[in-house]
Amino acid sequence: MAKPKVAFFDFTCCEGCQIEFTNYGDPVFLELLKHVDVVEFREAMSEKTKDPIDIAFIEGSFSREADRPRLEEIRKRAKIVIAYGQCATTAGINALKNHTSDYRKFVYGKDAALPHLDSQIAVGVDQAIKVDYYAFGCPVNKYEVLQIVSHLLHGKDPVIPNYPVCVECKRRETICRFDVGDYCLGQTARAGCGAPCPADGIPCEACRGFVDKPNHDSLVKVLDKRAGMPKGWAQTKTRMFTANQRGDVK
Amino acid sequence: MSKTLSIAVHHLTRVEGHGNIEVDVKNGKIQKCEWQVPEAPRFFEAMVRGRHYTEVARITSRICGICSVGHTLASLKATESALGIEVSEQTFKLRSLLKHAENFDSHVLHVYFLAAPDFLGAPSVFPLVATHGPVVARALRLKRLGHEWGSLIGGRTTHPTKAIPGGFSAFPTVAELKELKAKMLAAVPDLEETLKTIAALAPAIPAFDRPTEYMALHSQSGYALYDGDIQTVLPDGNKKTYKVADYKTCTNEYLTAVSTAKYTKNRLGSYAAGALARFNNNHEQLLPEAKKVAADLGLKGICTNPYMNTVAQVVEIVESFHESLALVDHFIKNGVKDEPLAKPTRFAKGAGATEVPRGILFHEYEYDKDGMCLGGNCIIPTNQNHANIQKDFEALVPKLLGEDADEKKMELRLEMLVRAYDPCISCSTHFLDVKFIR
Ligand code: SF4
Ligand code: SF4
Ligand code: SF4
Repeated sequence: MAKPKVAFFDFTCCEGCQIEFTNYGDPVFLELLKHVDVVEFREAMSEKTKDPIDIAFIEGSFSREADRPRLEEIRKRAKIVIAYGQCATTAGINALKNHTSDYRKFVYGKDAALPHLDSQIAVGVDQAIKVDYYAFGCPVNKYEVLQIVSHLLHGKDPVIPNYPVCVECKRRETICRFDVGDYCLGQTARAGCGAPCPADGIPCEACRGFVDKPNHDSLVKVLDKRAGMPKGWAQTKTRMFTANQRGDVK
Repeated sequence: MSKTLSIAVHHLTRVEGHGNIEVDVKNGKIQKCEWQVPEAPRFFEAMVRGRHYTEVARITSRICGICSVGHTLASLKATESALGIEVSEQTFKLRSLLKHAENFDSHVLHVYFLAAPDFLGAPSVFPLVATHGPVVARALRLKRLGHEWGSLIGGRTTHPTKAIPGGFSAFPTVAELKELKAKMLAAVPDLEETLKTIAALAPAIPAFDRPTEYMALHSQSGYALYDGDIQTVLPDGNKKTYKVADYKTCTNEYLTAVSTAKYTKNRLGSYAAGALARFNNNHEQLLPEAKKVAADLGLKGICTNPYMNTVAQVVEIVESFHESLALVDHFIKNGVKDEPLAKPTRFAKGAGATEVPRGILFHEYEYDKDGMCLGGNCIIPTNQNHANIQKDFEALVPKLLGEDADEKKMELRLEMLVRAYDPCISCSTHFLDVKFIR
């Protein structure tokens, strides 16, 4: 079989997920290049192609109607589309402005109406085109991405965890943040990262988004009762990376 | 000369973020010559409103995945200044070590993966795997070193986790630091080879001078990276310093119709930030090892050729490497204490600045009595460079026309110029006149 053609595209994002590809180091990176042909990757290469693509990685949120044709074009060319990074899967951090309407004015003042500052609410790219697989995380877990690619190359469906980060904390025997008087969103956060944050002494902020059907109301209760978070904060806590997955999204 | 040409590079490659180059020349007359930034705006300054001070750096680090260590640190410094937090000597040193890791890591990435292909006549690093295999493998080894070194201190290099307001949430052990030192020492041959590679490519750096103002942090205690006052130097060597709290008096942001990012200017029509600006301000304070590399590569202060920024990055790779070896040795000798976080003493407004690979970075926040953020302001280095890039274009295009450059050559030169600045436009945070809502 010819090497699958892989391409990378970015929309509204910080490009940190792309950078993770350069963080593999020499053994993994050079090995990966033996199995795939990178045909487009604007951040790292000038080459472009109009040819069909086997796997398209899309990074970044869909936050401007103007970006829709480009997304549709990618979908047309690609056999498999992977939304990678939280920006692309659920809009991640970009959705943190979605519950407000004055963000343009706040940032650009009297220039807010200039047409090139146009931006709508941020959503995942699956709101514009069909997405086949999701690689969660802000940034993505680079080893999970590797696993997804490897599974696809072997003709298998990648398996993405749908259980909470707490499970991974238990596996690592990490002391729960609640037991040291802190808070944590790990109970409803989607696992797969290996729970590094609580292990490093900081709360999980659910940067991989929530599991399917999270019990958001209970989470707010726990934050409020068990962590003693001020009421307002417990309510808005889950806006950070999971604004689009709260029950109250517009 | 009656040349007619048209250049339209949309979504310039090998830069982080989206930038366009548009040049139109009719019968030898320049009709249009623009560096444009069409990046989708992201509104971070509005997004931090209502967030607790412990969340703010984790949010604003997402402004940029490439300089996320720098964004985290500038954000922490601003929050700590607003909350009256004074961090310990150990935290200061650990953060400096983390900052050096980012500078090293990012410069390796830029020099090898983004800039070098231009000099080797390749469209990207990928075809170089076949033609220059050992060079690519070396670049990846150095990149991995930078990543492992940053991860040890910060938890991750993309959006570090352990650096938080008041200090660190977890600390490296002396055993881990010894391991890091061994890895660094093992990389010395790779560094030496890097210098040889760059020395061989350096003659191909285009000759082009446009004197401008250079802004960077400056510190009494050495070549500034993590901390210092703001300093600018004019081409004639005239220096001026500003307090970080007064950053707005020297950044003077304004908006243009071609860019979602704001422009800045100070004493001249534009100024430059980045490795070359740091070098021009502080080269006398470089370590002897870095000074030697600068001399070997023909970089002298005050250098007014923007293409030399890449060379200044190589000098800084060496500076960060040796400065960090000293820091690592300090911790191996004195140990690392498990320190508690320094606590807030007030809730007010504060600014912080640090150098990121691409230049000086400012963050500013205000907090209410519950520690909730009322608003923020971030001025990223790439935005500070946009006006300067535009002015470089305006000087470079007539020069290239005078040299009778064809469309292809002109396009490549302009692309190389933008790339030399190593812009990371993905940030695209900007405001003109932020109002802190009370
Ligand atoms: S998911 Fe996070 S790391 Fe990835 S591009 Fe978005 S903001 Fe950056
Ligand atoms: S620290 Fe967070 S993720 Fe870990 S067990 Fe506790 S709640 Fe769950
Ligand atoms: S522990 Fe939580 S915040 Fe940390 S990486 Fe995992 S999902 Fe993200």
